[in-house]
Amino acid sequence: MDRERTGIESGLHQSTKRISTPARSHIHPRRRRAANGRAPVWISTASIIISALALLPLAFVIFISFTTGWATIVQLVFRSRVLELLLNTVTLILITLPLCVLLGVALAWLTERTNLPGRRGWSLLATAPIAVPAFVHSYGWISLIPSLHGLPAAVLVSVLAYFPFIYLPVAAAFRRLDPAIEDVAQSLGLSPGAAFFRVVVPQLRLAMGGGALLVGIHLLAEYGLFAMIRFDTFTTAIFDQFQSSFSGPAANMLAGVLALCCLALLSAEVATRGTARYARVGSGSARTPPLRRLKGAWLAVALVLPALISALALGVPVFILCKWLVAGGADVWRAADLLPALEQTLLLCAVGALITTCAAMPIAWLSIRAPGPMIRIMEGCNYISSALPGIVVALALVTITIRYAQPIYQTVVTVLLAYLLMFLPRALVSLRTGIAQAPVELEDVARSLGRSPGQALRATTFRLAAPGAAAGAAMTFIAISSELTATLLLSPNGTRTLATSFWAMSSEIDYAAAAPYALIMILLSLPLTWLLYSQSKRVAGR
Amino acid sequence: MRFRTTSVFTRTVLAVALCCAGTVFASEKDEGIIVYNAQHETLTKAWVEGFTRETGIKVTLRNGDDSELGNQILQEGAASPADVFLTENSPSMVLVDNAGLFAPVAPATLSQVDPAYRPSHGKWVGIAARSTVFVYNPSKLVNTGLPKSLMDLANPEWKGRWAVSPAGADFQAIVSAILELKGEAATLEWLKAMKANATIYRGNSAVLKAVNAGQIESGVIYHYYSFGDQARTGENSRNTSLLYFRHKDPGAFVSLSGGGVLASSKHAVQAQAFLKWITSKPGQEVLRTGNSFEYAVGEGAASNPKLVPLKDLDAPAVDPSMLDSKRTVELMTQAGLL
Repeated sequence: MDRERTGIESGLHQSTKRISTPARSHIHPRRRRAANGRAPVWISTASIIISALALLPLAFVIFISFTTGWATIVQLVFRSRVLELLLNTVTLILITLPLCVLLGVALAWLTERTNLPGRRGWSLLATAPIAVPAFVHSYGWISLIPSLHGLPAAVLVSVLAYFPFIYLPVAAAFRRLDPAIEDVAQSLGLSPGAAFFRVVVPQLRLAMGGGALLVGIHLLAEYGLFAMIRFDTFTTAIFDQFQSSFSGPAANMLAGVLALCCLALLSAEVATRGTARYARVGSGSARTPPLRRLKGAWLAVALVLPALISALALGVPVFILCKWLVAGGADVWRAADLLPALEQTLLLCAVGALITTCAAMPIAWLSIRAPGPMIRIMEGCNYISSALPGIVVALALVTITIRYAQPIYQTVVTVLLAYLLMFLPRALVSLRTGIAQAPVELEDVARSLGRSPGQALRATTFRLAAPGAAAGAAMTFIAISSELTATLLLSPNGTRTLATSFWAMSSEIDYAAAAPYALIMILLSLPLTWLLYSQSKRVAGR
Repeated sequence: MRFRTTSVFTRTVLAVALCCAGTVFASEKDEGIIVYNAQHETLTKAWVEGFTRETGIKVTLRNGDDSELGNQILQEGAASPADVFLTENSPSMVLVDNAGLFAPVAPATLSQVDPAYRPSHGKWVGIAARSTVFVYNPSKLVNTGLPKSLMDLANPEWKGRWAVSPAGADFQAIVSAILELKGEAATLEWLKAMKANATIYRGNSAVLKAVNAGQIESGVIYHYYSFGDQARTGENSRNTSLLYFRHKDPGAFVSLSGGGVLASSKHAVQAQAFLKWITSKPGQEVLRTGNSFEYAVGEGAASNPKLVPLKDLDAPAVDPSMLDSKRTVELMTQAGLL
């Protein structure tokens, strides 16, 4: 549930970046550099500090492995329980990812390339499950079928909770495809079906890979979903160890193995990206691809799929939630905890989103205005830290603050730092798009009128990038609103958020009392879902 | 025009966020005493309510699991923000006590608690007690009959027939009692058999619910989960029965919930007052009248009349100050349960 929606952003980002390229490229690179001079020192310094912070959790895992000593590592890592967890985690990923890809691509094709009745509505319904936190999906299913558990349940619930991460970027990619390439393939003798697999599928590879990476990271990081349906992964096992021994060596070693899994996933995604290039050259613009006409039985089948998926992914959690809300009556809304939890959640979200967006600004500015190898490394650092599960980040921060930074231990500062490390790339992606759309000339003019570099930035680019910043802040806000693991471990004494309250209630099997918290979390996420949906439409220019 | 709206928007957001940040930081001051609470939240909240009403002292809770909070206090050492530590079971009290982090409990508090339910050294006191039970679904239990001892559940005929929540402190306390009564080798063997035999759930409530729903025949939990559910709707316990092992069996283990004041507490007077209130007549009365259904341990304090009297449980003699949580977790890790 941490890292809910780590952002289709990355998928969307690929598209926005490509679109913004022509707008930038009319400025000759050399001229651009000359116009800018060197990047202001404070921006570079801030970027380096933030990127170094991002490496903190990973550095901690490495450090603790060295200090633990080989003998203990062998004892704690090379045991059958770890093998069992590894097997569980790997099978989960190997089964869930292909199913998610299949489902996402099928739905995207139906809503984008066929004459399916009510395509816009189905498209929205395929995006909407993102608004439901993963652990609420689990809560719905476990209430519906109490005996649900183990691998099949884990696959079922994770596919339903996470397929939109693939649907969204793939649907956006479908909208951008140039039908001329398919025409060429068919003119060279391929049947429409063969042309689809030969020409269309490879063009979706980036979107599928990016989406699959996102789903994979969620599968590795998720706690609540799997804890509720009794399926053990590394994250749930780390949590168990944490409950039994706080941040002892056993928990830290499991975190190390989990971090390795995440890095493996990252490099697998890079390896599958490929180098093939599909671009349109020459003048004019691509025409709108023709819609495939579905008829008779095919149309019926085509309607059943999105209807069924919406019923399972949206209908089940919403229906169960309503059922518990009705069963709980007015009493559950009178819980003394509800209002404080909402207040504290909103506070953490607002402050967290603001800080994260501000911290992303220097890196975003540098990556657009002064790109280079250094900035690429910095972006990489943030990317890696955001791929680490919340439990790993939190465990690192608990141990570091308790040993070396007592003054910020158990304060809101540490929680916000964790949010910053986990969610910075979301803010970064939106901000970058915003800054890329602000013409650099305005900065130059402001400078020529006597403003200092900092003043010039504030007066021009930062103002123009404000919508991008707002979008990034919104993404971070929503991500924080349903974050569970890091909040549980790091929050100051007496803090209760919607997610932690929901978790406390549902752990006691008081499902009715947990329902209001789930409902509020969903309501908070709806605007983001709408934003993602409309953004992916806008990117496609439709 | 667009510029202006954006900047007004940005300024508003900034102003709101700064106010928020201000309140977040301000709220950290003036929190009265901090209690690291591993007891059931509803029970501790009832205690806090009574205490604050009477004394005006504010209490902030940090909720967690016994061993999580115990180990956290250990790591925090003298810098721990905690003033009071309340647990569900004794092993974590022993852990903190062995690290020398408890201040002696005020004599007036000690004298309120039945000597059978507090360690003689007086570094912490019992605040409540709970009994291990074997919960089963009579319509599902295969006719091999009920087990005579908790140790029987390691036998092959119990494979796949009982449920347990090993990540929780409750079951870990039961294991620590087995460790104390039967020794290390026998305990490890039992745990390994349990890894093969038992179905793992997360939380005793989940075990009770599964047994009630007939997903599994039986489980090992504490008594009050069932009584608590009966007092509410009974929807998770109406198909279940309880078996008390008695006969000084490890499965008849009565676990003592503990409370102690940290030596590092900066509000020692208020912290001692809180512990005194919990063990006093009105504090123990909360156990008799509330929905916690844990046993009262105060001198002359009565437990809920619905419970089997504590004295009738024929529990094994286990010195609560000997229970070793660290070794228990190590053994459970070794057996692949954690």
